Parts: sequence; structure tokens; C-alpha cells
Amino acid sequence: MNSNSPSTSAGGPGSADSTAPRRNSKRPKYSRFTQQELPACKPILTPKWVVEIIDRYETDCVPLDSRNDKVGFIQSPQDKTCHRNLTVPKRMKRPIYVYYQLDNFYQNHRRYVKSRSDQQLRNPGDEGDTSACEPEDTAHGMPIVPCGLIAWSLFNDTYNFTRNDQLVTINKTGISWKSDRDHKFGKNVYPRNFQNNTLVGGAHLVANKSLSEQEDLIVWMRTAALPTFRKLYGKIEVDLQAGDVINVELQNNYNTYSFDGKKKLVLSTTSWLGGKNDFLGIAYLVVGGLCFFLSLVFTIIYLVKPRKLGDPSYLSWNRNPGGH
Amino acid sequence: MTRGRIRAKIRRSSLYTFSCYRPHPSEEEGPHDIQGPGYSRLVYCNQPHLHEQKPLKYCTNYISTTKYNIITFLPKAIFEQFRRVANLYFLLAAILSLTDVSPFSPVSMIAPLAFVVGLSMAKEALEDWRRFIQDMKVNLRKASVHKGNGVFGNRPWMKIRVGDVVKVEKDQFFPADLLLLSSSYEDGICYVETMNLDGETNLKVKRALEVTLPLENDATFKNFNATIRCEDPNPNLYTFIGNLEYDCMVYPLDPGQILLRDSKLRNTAYVYGIVIFTGHDSKVMQNSTKSPSKRSRIEMQMDKIIYILFSLLVFISFISSIGFIVKTKNDMPNWWYLRPPDEHNLFNPKKPEVSGFYHLITALMLYGYLIPISLYVSIEVVKVLQALFMNRDIHMYDEETGTPAEARTSNLNEELGQVDTILSDKTGTLTCNQMDFLKCSIAGSAYGTRASDVELAAAKQMAMDMDGQSKNSTPLSWQKSGIAFGQSEIELETVVTSTDKLERKPAIKGFSFEDSRLMNGNWLKEPNADVILLFFRILSICHTAIPEINEETGDLTYEAESPDESSFLVAAKEFGFEFCKRTQSTIGVRERYPSYQQPSEREYKVLNLLDFTSKRKRMSVIVRDETGQILLLCKGADSIIFDRLSKNGRMYEEATTKHLNEYGEAGLRTLALAYKKLELAEYSAWSEEFSKAKTSIGGDRDAMLERVSDMMERDLILVGATAVEDKLQKGVPQCIDKLAQAGLKIWVLTGDKMETAINIGFSCSLLRQGMKQICIAATNEATLDQDPEKSVKENILMQITNGSQMIKLEKDPHAAFALIIDGKTLTFALEDDMKHQFLNLAVDCASVICCRVSPKQKALVTRLVKEGTGKTTLAIGDGANDVGMIQEADIGVGISGCEGMQAVMASDFAIAQFRFLERLLVVHGHWCYKRIAQMICYFFYKNIAFGLTIFYFEAFAAFSGQSVYVDWYMLLFNVVLTSLPVISLGVFEQDVDSEVCLQFPALYQQGPKNLFFDWSRIIGWMVNGLYTSLIIFFLNIIIFYDQAFRSGGQTADMTAVGTAMFTCIIWAVNCQIALTMSHFTWIQHLFVWGSVTTWYVFLVFYGELSSTLDENAFKILTEVLAPAPIYWITTLLVTIVCNLPYLAHISFQRSFNPMDHHVIQEIKYYKRDIEDRHMWKRERSKARQETKIGFTARVDAKIRLLKGRLQKKYSLMSAPSVISQQT
Repeated sequence: MNSNSPSTSAGGPGSADSTAPRRNSKRPKYSRFTQQELPACKPILTPKWVVEIIDRYETDCVPLDSRNDKVGFIQSPQDKTCHRNLTVPKRMKRPIYVYYQLDNFYQNHRRYVKSRSDQQLRNPGDEGDTSACEPEDTAHGMPIVPCGLIAWSLFNDTYNFTRNDQLVTINKTGISWKSDRDHKFGKNVYPRNFQNNTLVGGAHLVANKSLSEQEDLIVWMRTAALPTFRKLYGKIEVDLQAGDVINVELQNNYNTYSFDGKKKLVLSTTSWLGGKNDFLGIAYLVVGGLCFFLSLVFTIIYLVKPRKLGDPSYLSWNRNPGGH
Repeated sequence: MTRGRIRAKIRRSSLYTFSCYRPHPSEEEGPHDIQGPGYSRLVYCNQPHLHEQKPLKYCTNYISTTKYNIITFLPKAIFEQFRRVANLYFLLAAILSLTDVSPFSPVSMIAPLAFVVGLSMAKEALEDWRRFIQDMKVNLRKASVHKGNGVFGNRPWMKIRVGDVVKVEKDQFFPADLLLLSSSYEDGICYVETMNLDGETNLKVKRALEVTLPLENDATFKNFNATIRCEDPNPNLYTFIGNLEYDCMVYPLDPGQILLRDSKLRNTAYVYGIVIFTGHDSKVMQNSTKSPSKRSRIEMQMDKIIYILFSLLVFISFISSIGFIVKTKNDMPNWWYLRPPDEHNLFNPKKPEVSGFYHLITALMLYGYLIPISLYVSIEVVKVLQALFMNRDIHMYDEETGTPAEARTSNLNEELGQVDTILSDKTGTLTCNQMDFLKCSIAGSAYGTRASDVELAAAKQMAMDMDGQSKNSTPLSWQKSGIAFGQSEIELETVVTSTDKLERKPAIKGFSFEDSRLMNGNWLKEPNADVILLFFRILSICHTAIPEINEETGDLTYEAESPDESSFLVAAKEFGFEFCKRTQSTIGVRERYPSYQQPSEREYKVLNLLDFTSKRKRMSVIVRDETGQILLLCKGADSIIFDRLSKNGRMYEEATTKHLNEYGEAGLRTLALAYKKLELAEYSAWSEEFSKAKTSIGGDRDAMLERVSDMMERDLILVGATAVEDKLQKGVPQCIDKLAQAGLKIWVLTGDKMETAINIGFSCSLLRQGMKQICIAATNEATLDQDPEKSVKENILMQITNGSQMIKLEKDPHAAFALIIDGKTLTFALEDDMKHQFLNLAVDCASVICCRVSPKQKALVTRLVKEGTGKTTLAIGDGANDVGMIQEADIGVGISGCEGMQAVMASDFAIAQFRFLERLLVVHGHWCYKRIAQMICYFFYKNIAFGLTIFYFEAFAAFSGQSVYVDWYMLLFNVVLTSLPVISLGVFEQDVDSEVCLQFPALYQQGPKNLFFDWSRIIGWMVNGLYTSLIIFFLNIIIFYDQAFRSGGQTADMTAVGTAMFTCIIWAVNCQIALTMSHFTWIQHLFVWGSVTTWYVFLVFYGELSSTLDENAFKILTEVLAPAPIYWITTLLVTIVCNLPYLAHISFQRSFNPMDHHVIQEIKYYKRDIEDRHMWKRERSKARQETKIGFTARVDAKIRLLKGRLQKKYSLMSAPSVISQQT
């Protein structure tokens, strides 16, 4: 199913007419209803496959000589640029979503989940509200904005895509929930004192960009339910053709090596159901089959050995004489 | 007052022959030797001010049965609340939620607990308040007390002090235990009704000491002073030892002078008494035990389940903690993003044991949702509502007294559905203690055409059976049945015709006789008119009653010792022999013959009166009539009279015996009447001997008297027999019948004597003809053994063993046994070494009647049954003597509406009439049992389904104690989102409607058999919960964990997953309850679907509000989940998968192994009962075929008998001739 937005955009012919001089009063008034131009979705039942490219890179992006000490490598200041080539197996229609997937990363750990200050994120006046953020609450006696372990451990691998030596732009806006941007992360709250401590966790934030614009952070702050999770990195807004080879230049900065976490880069299209979700279909088929089977059993029972409904011979006193 | 004076002229002492022979104790014995512990009470009469200080300050007359008072309520009630393990656990959790350990916010732990405990306490407070109001009603009753200088004034009961002189007037209750000083009768006797104490309805005579007799009016108390030394307060009702020091003399006191609180002054205008024991010191209050708090079987089983869940909770908490320790120790150092180590030691890999310990506490709180916190409070709410419905049941409302049923404690509603044995009091419960003269047999012919209920019903039932057969069967059998029908009609002709005449003139109390042959003087035309005349004379002369003239109407009423006697007198009056006058030595009878206009009054001189005792079982008067003829008139138990008939007095014996048997079978109380004519010489010789015996002094006087009277009561001539109906309460036989069909055993425990009890057994169908009676009685002969007690015991044991043997050897399937045992025997039978044999015998008998039992024994029997059989017992009674039994039984039911509130106050349920018990048990009990059972099972199911998902999530969150759900969801889960459907299940569920419950009492057996709360069912539900939790968790996780769930590419965060999962839970458990319910009204629909809707409404609101409450759930539904089709699809999938196994299970159960209520539901649904009424009736009769007692069983037995007779007749007759007659 495909839902297309109506072709008429705002400010169509109607608005032009309303400004015209009123010469003919019999002229029908324009409304979308009378002109039968109400916005509609036109379901066209076309099969749509979700195409997914998954690239696991956490080992491959460590130089061969450092593979014995991956943690040392990731913590060293050396250049961590890494190149990957991805082949598009099938045509991918835009938008193509770019995800990073981490594994064995406990974003749902209680210590981690609680380590944030929602007040501070929303309201510049509340920047001192860091009690929940321990141990990442203050640095040099000043409160950290945004404080807490979640923000501090912000994912900091970056990806750049090129196709045929042409840069494929990644749109990093609109990857977070609108309500988060509008209500939870203040438009006038700016990062302060962030990653200023002795230990640097993850990514730095752009100092002069308000938190509500730092969508990577907003996405990251929505903690995942399970230790394996995907988060949206950005959107590619061009179609990719089958056979296209996409060159990824990635900065392999994030330390998943201490806890043997996998890192994956995922490019995926979506359908109306979201991403690739075979399980749901299989589950429906199985349950449907089961229901069918049960109904078959009952039909057979009914045909072979029917019990007359309301048959008094099934009453307990008729079945075992000699007691109730 | 005038009446009092008139009556005082008769010295009762000369009337009560035996009692007056007893010499006054004070003449023979000296004062009691009162010393030592237990006899320290000192009462200064008429000087209550001396009792204001210690040590003579005794407790006040204020009584209180409340559990709390204003000050103690809070601590005590809170203590009560937290005695429940689950509540204690939640209290600890609430306290800990204030610390860092808690996985939840404090408010989400404290709010539900406060709600739950507050609600329960409010209920306690309300119940206690009601008790207080009832106490105050008693405490504020007014009594007339001497206020000094010979002036009496009213004072509330609670203000009465020890030493006060109290004046009690007729039909008032005694406010405390009193010493009788004087009464309106010259000889200082008074009549007391002790119904509230021991349930005995006959009046007891109390007699004041001679010395205090002069204190007979108010003024004499001006200067009255005396001292009483007596025993300390004790619960023994029948003993009292004390001395009265008065005028420098010491007089001994015995129980004969003591008037006990809660007994009632009868037939005496007023008495004066001194207060000896007040309030809780009084014997009644000492007798009352603290009402034990009762808990139902289901609740006790529920506790076990809660313990199981606790163990599960602790178990998974340990697993979590171990998992946590392992993870923290091994993995956490590598989780740099958590910045280990933790200074607070909550997540410190360097000290994993300490963190592990903290985590254990966290886990115990986190998985607390396994224990349904709202279970108790939901059950309480449900029970209160159930109780409300019982109270409001219009079918349990007594129009006459205007009392509805009252569930006084709502704890036991479901226990009503599991009753196995009913222990019932007799007087006031089964019977209304009123006798109706119904039939008589005079000179060998039976009079009285009114049929007893049993005869009527047998006729009806047979007619119905024949009718049913003739419709369905082949012509041949139709002919047969036609014959049978005709025959039965002949047999029962008298019965059937008499039903037409039910419309009668206004009923006369005590007289239901109907036979035109005797009424209106028609007896004169009967062949044996002279015998009939004699019969009427015996009725009007041979008694000890006193006539009383109603001054307004001039009618006579009779004050008799027993209700039978007054019914005889009423009957005699109706026949035209009105007993109108009694003097010291004469009896006046106004005789009315139809031939004369004016009644003629005859006077009979009473020469002697030989009293009725339970041992003699007869009474006689010797009178001289106006012609000088001396007559002995005697009435008594038939067996005794028949033994004493002279050779020529046996003319009517055979016919009378036959009639007596018929009467007995009909449940009537029978007495035989006889007379003999005495020659003057014969009489004077005897009289001399009698007075010699009378005046003799010594222990054998009684025996001598008996022997002498025995000599006289011989060679009697039988006149006839009377049949009196001990009027049963309305609907009692039908109710007992239904209860018997429901498989309940009924024991009658009564203070009455054995014969009375047996008669009642017959009339209320607990006994029937053809039932084998096993009577166990102690042999009274004091044998010469050294140890008489031992020999008595051996004897009883032998009787019990014989009885058991008899039952074992019985082969007839229809045979039924009845056990009748008296109080004295019971004392032995209840001893430890014998009680099990006794119980085993009793359990094998269809009905058990215990007579002459004391209140204490009633309680003991109840305990024996309760503990011995391990089944649920229900005790029902109306008087204070039943209180012990009511409290001891699993369920106590009090009959309200009659006088005396003690039984009701001690009871758990109060109903106005015995017959309401049927509805209370068979309808309400049945429903409540099923409701509560289903409700508890469902509760466990839903909490397991929910609680375990939290646990599974832990395994994916490094056991860190994080919950996937938002605190508020969890808070609302039990309290709001799933509570109303389950409450509606608990309050409104009906498997079949009340009418069907009553028609198929056999359905009740599902309760005592515990079909709905046995372990297999409970475990089944738990497994279902486990399954549901697995499905909900894993399906959601697999669907949501990594892939984008929206076309916009967003992936689900923890809140989204949690909310989706929670939505699935809400749907699954609500659909589950919808599947469980079988009775859907708009209320259930509203609650079930309303709960689901509430969840979405809540999500919308919470999503809007929560930018301040909780960041993550902000706009969770409107922005994140609702636009995602996968969210809805998943909900649908999970709900179906969760409920599929249950659906399959109930479908299979219904198709292969339907339970009774399933089939009846179907019959009702397809209206088969309307299509085929015979099937419905047939099933109804089949459902009860096994009952051995009750009305139906009796009717069946009667039908068997009649059919047997018919068979015989049929074989003699030639069939065609009968058919032609019929057509």
C-alpha cells in the first residue's frame, strides 16, 4: 500500500480566485469539498519490499596490527577513519534510513536510565538541577549541560557516503520525535561544560547549537529497551539503484571494544509497517494456521461425535448414578 | 395490678404438687460455708455507694461487644491490617521506596497501599460502629431502680450498680443478675423465661427467701439493709452459692433465688431484686465468648497461594540478584558508559556482594506485582457489595416483621457456598413454639380432616407423576397408569378433597381442627357421644393452666406451662367446654350444649394433681364432680398410657394405635388420654398413703411419691388420643427439603426433651416413617459398680458400635438412618476417647438430632463436627443459648425478628426466617463461592502475567532493576486498569440464574466439592498466567527490539516498547476476563471495555501531561504509537495468542466434559425447558434422587408405600373392570 499525499498543494487556484474582483456573483464558491479535491489517500496495492543493508564493521575497522588490543586502539588518539563498500542488492527508494546498531550495550541499565536531568534539558534556568546525573553532574564545580551518563556517552561514530565519487548527502534533521524537539529539549538551552572532565565519554556537541537542534543527542537520549538496538543516524534522500556501490567513510570513534559490542551500519527502507519485520508476518501465519487447525478439529468433533447442546444426559447425576 | 391480685389468691404451691413437697432448703440446711478463693464477692444491698471504691468496686453494667474504641481504633486497626503478610510486605516496600534502592518512585508504592489499607480500615470502622449502636441500644434500656427513701425511678441499664434494688415488671428483661427479694405473688415466686440463656421455652419458677417476702412495696426499701457474700463471677448458669446476712441472721442462697440477666419476667406483675453481678460479670456475659474472627476456607487457601507467590517472588529475586552479581562483577567493569565504580555501592563491581544485597531488596520490590496488592481490597469491596445484594434481596425480606436479611460480616460470603453440615436450633428456629390442635382419635374413630403437609404433597406428586407417564408412554402403560392414578385418587381422596377447603374462618391460635362431626355440638350425634364427652372433659380439666380474662373483650386466655396444654384448652373451648375458673381446689368448666341456650357451669373439686415430669411422661388429676363421682383423668405419652390400661379399657386400643401411628408419621405430637372411675374407699386409702409420702422426710421421698402415684395410675380406660402440630415456622419443611436435595446434612440440636425433638424431626421431615432410628441414651440406673461413670461410658460406646454395625450391614439402598442422642449421653460421647466413634456414626446417618443439650454442648458438638469432618459447618439459631454454637461454627446464622438479639449479635448472617436459609445458601452462597473463586484465580493469573514480564525484562537489562514500564502504568494496573472488571465478575457473575439454582439444588454441590478452587484449577490459571507473560513479552520484544516500527524510520525506545507491551497486557487480561464471565450485563461490558478504553484515555492524558511528570512518555500514544500500524497489529496478535489456549480449553471442556451448569445454561439458552417441560421436571427429580431426608424423600417413601399397596390390589382386581369404571 502506498499513500500519496494529495497533489493539490496549499495556495492552488482557489486562493488566486479569492483575490480576483467579484464580477460574477453566480460563480460557485471554491471549496475543496465542492470541487471534490479533499485530501485523500489512494491506496494502491503494490508489493513493496523493505531493502536492508547491514554492515558490521567494529572489527574490520581496526587496523590489523591493533586487533590484539582493540581497546587500546580505540582509546588512542590516532586517526580512526575507515572505508567500507556497500553494494545495493535491490533498488532502494528514498527515503533510505541510515542506522547504527550497537550490541551488548545496556542503555536500559538502571544506573544509566536514571542518569539524566529532564529539567535541565528543557529549561535554561534549571541547569543546576543535576542531582540525578551523578557521577557526570558537574565538572570544575560547574554543572554540565546536558548532564548525566546518557548524554556523556553519546555515540560518536560518523558516516559519510559517496556513490560513484559523488557525495550522498545524509539529512540529519527530522530523525528525532517532533515532541522531543519542541518540548523536551529547550530551544534556548545550549551545551555548557560538556565533555570537559578528565574522562571524555562520547561525542562532543556543537557549542552554539541549541539542544533542540542537536538531533543525534535527542535520538540517543531515547534509551533503548534492549542491549541490542538501532538508532537513526540520518536519511538519504536519493534513490539507490541495484548494483550501486556505496563507499562509506566512517570515523570509528566509539568504544564498544571494552565490552565486546558489535557495531553495525544499517541502511534500510521502510514500508507502512516500518522496517524489515518478517517475524510479524510469520507469527500471523502461524496463529492463523493454528486457529484454522483448531476450528477444523472442532468441526470434525462436531461432525463425528456431536454433543447435543443442552443434552441432559451430560448432567452429573445422569452420568454417575450413585452420587451427585 | 388487679390481675396480679386475683392470681395471687391462688397459692401456686398447692397446685404444683411435686415442687411444693420439696422442703424449703433454709429449714434443713444451715448457711453455706463460704470461704476461700472463688467466694470473695461481697455485696452491700441497697447501699450501692459502698461499691464505688476498691476493693468493692465491681465492673459497671455497661456492656460492650465492639472490637475497638476511639482511642484504640487507629493502632489496633492498623495492627490488624498489617497482620496480613501481604500488607506487611507492601508496607516495607513503601518504606524502602523512599531510599535509593527503590526501582520506583515513592508515590507509586505508597499511594496504592494507603488506598488499600484505608479502605479496609474504613470498612472495619463502619462494622464496629454498627456494633456500638447495638450495644448502646441495650445499655440505654431503662430499668426502675431504688433511688433512696423508698422512691424508685428509671435509670438506664448501664448506670445500674451492684447493690442497687431493682424493680422489674412483667415481660421486662432483667438488667443484671439479681437476687429475688419478693414478687407480686404472696409467696414470693415468679416465673422466668430463660429462652435467651438456654433456649428452653417453658417457664421456670424462682422463689424468694421467706425472710425477704415482707419487702413487697416500694416504701419498704427505705431502711432495707443486708449483705450478700457469694461466689465470684463465673459462667456457670445453673449454680450459685451465697449467703444473705439480714437482720443478724445468715440465710443460704441457691440458684432458685437468682434472676439472670437477659432472662425475662413472665406471668408475674413485678419483682424486686438486688443487683449482684453487673455487666460483664453477669453469668450471660461470662458465658459469651469473644466472637472469633472467622475466615473462609477460600481465603485460607488463598493465603497459601500468596505464600507460594511469595516464594516465587523471593526465588526470582534471588535469581535476579545472582544474575546481577555476576553481571556486575564480571561485565560491569567493562561498561565504561556506566562509569564504574559507584560510590553508593548500588552498582559497584568492586563490592558485588553489597550491591547484590541492595539489589535483592530492589528486586523484591520490583517483582512485587506478583503479589496482588489490590487482591485483599478488591475481595473486600466485592464482599461488601455481595453482602449489599443479600441485604437487598427481596426474597429474603420478611414482610411480617419487616426485617431484611443482614450479612453482618461480609468475610464469609463464599463460605456459604461450601456448607456441608447445618446445625440447627429447634425452638424459634424450626418451630414457632406454638401448638395447634389438629386431629384427635376418640373411641377408635379418627376426627380432624385437615391434611398435614406431607399428605398433600404426596398426593400432588403422585398425580403429577401419573400425568407425566400417561403423556409419554404407550397405550398399554397408559392404561396401567390410568388404573394406578385412579387407585391413588381413591387412596388419597380424603386428602385431596380437604385441600379445597383451605379458605376458612379466621384462624384461632392453637386450633386448626376441622371436622363437622365434632364441631358445633354435632358430636352428640356421634355413636360414642359419652366417650367424646369424657374426652372433652379430660381436655378441659387435666392441666395446670390458669385462665386469664381479657378485661376489654371478656375473652379467656390461658397461661399454661407448655404450649400443648394451652392448645388443648383452646380446643376444649371450641368444642364447647370452656375452662373458666380455677381456685385453690376447684376447676370451673362452662359447658355448652347445643340443646341449651345458656352454658351451664360445672365445678370440679381437684383432689390431687400428679405432676408431669419428663420421667413420668404423664400427668393426672383426681377430681370429684358435682355428682360426687371421683375420677382420675390422665394424659400422657401413648406408650406409657397403653401400659397402664385395664383389661376392659383396651377397647379402642387397636384403632387408636393405628391412628397414633398415622399422626406420628405426619409429624404430629401425640398424647393419649385415659380415665378411671374411683370408689371413695379406694381413693381415701390411697390418699392417706399419698399424704404420708408427701410429708415424709428423707432422700427417698421422691421415689416414694412416685411409687404411690404409680399405684394410682393403673387400670386406666383409654378414651382417645390427641394430635397436636408443633407449628413449624413458615416454609421450614420445604427449606429443609431443598437443603437436603442440595446435599447438606442437617443436625438439630435442641434443649427440648427427646420426644419433642423426635416429633419435630418428623414434622420437618428430618425423620420419616421407615427410617431406622438409632437412639442413644445413657442408662440411668446407678449400677453397683465402683465406677458408675465408666460403666455408663462402656454402655454408650456399645450402643455407638452397635449403631455403626447396623449401618454397615444394611443393604437396602433406600434405607436411611437417624441418630438421636440426648444431652447427658452427649457429655460422654463428646469426650476425647469416644468422640470419633460418635462422629463416624453420626456422619453415616442421614439426620442427627441431639436433645437436651446445653448451650456449651451445642458449641462442643459444632466443634466436633467442624474439626472432625474438616468440612464447613453452619449453625443457625435464634436465642442466646445458640450463641456458642453460632460462634463456633464456620458460619453462624442468627434468626432476627424474634425477641432477643444475642444470637443475631453473635452471628455472621442474620435472616428473619429459617426458610430464607435456602436462598442464602443455594443462591447467594453458590454464586458467591463461584464468584470469589473465579475472581481469586483470575487475580493470580493477571498478576503473574504482568509481574513475570518485569522479570523477563530484567534478564535483558543486566538485572539492574530497571522496569520497562513507566511507574504510573504499574501503579494503575491493579488499582484502576484491571480492578473494575474483576470486581464486576465478583459481584455480578451468575452461572445460572437464581430460579435455576433453586430448582437444581444439586448444583450447590459444586461448592462443597470445591470444584472451582481446587489446586488443579489454581495451577491451571497460574500456568495460563505464565504462558500469557511469555507471549506478551517475547512477541513484543521480537517485533520491536531493533527494527523501525514506523514508516518514518524511527526505532522503538524503551518507553514505546513498554507501552506497547502494557497495551497487550491490558487487552489480554481484559479479554480473558470477558471469556471467563458467563453473565454479561451492560455493567460487565462497561467495565471490561471501559477498562481498555481507560487505558487509552489515560495514555492520551498522561502523554499530554507528562512533560512535567515523566519525559519519556510524552505524547507516547498520540505521536509515537497510535500512528504506527504495527502497534495495533501487534496488540491484536498478542491478544489472540494469549487467549487462544483458554478458549480451546473451555471449548474442549464444553464439548467433551460439560459441567452441570454448562448443560443447564444450554438448556435455558435453547429454551429446551419450555419445549419439553417433562425433561426439566425429570431432571429436577433426578438431581435429588439420592436424598434421604426432607419432604421429598418422605413423599417418595410414601409413594413407594402406596405403590406397593396398589400393586397388591391390582393383582387382585381384574383390569378391564377398573378401566371401565374409570372411563
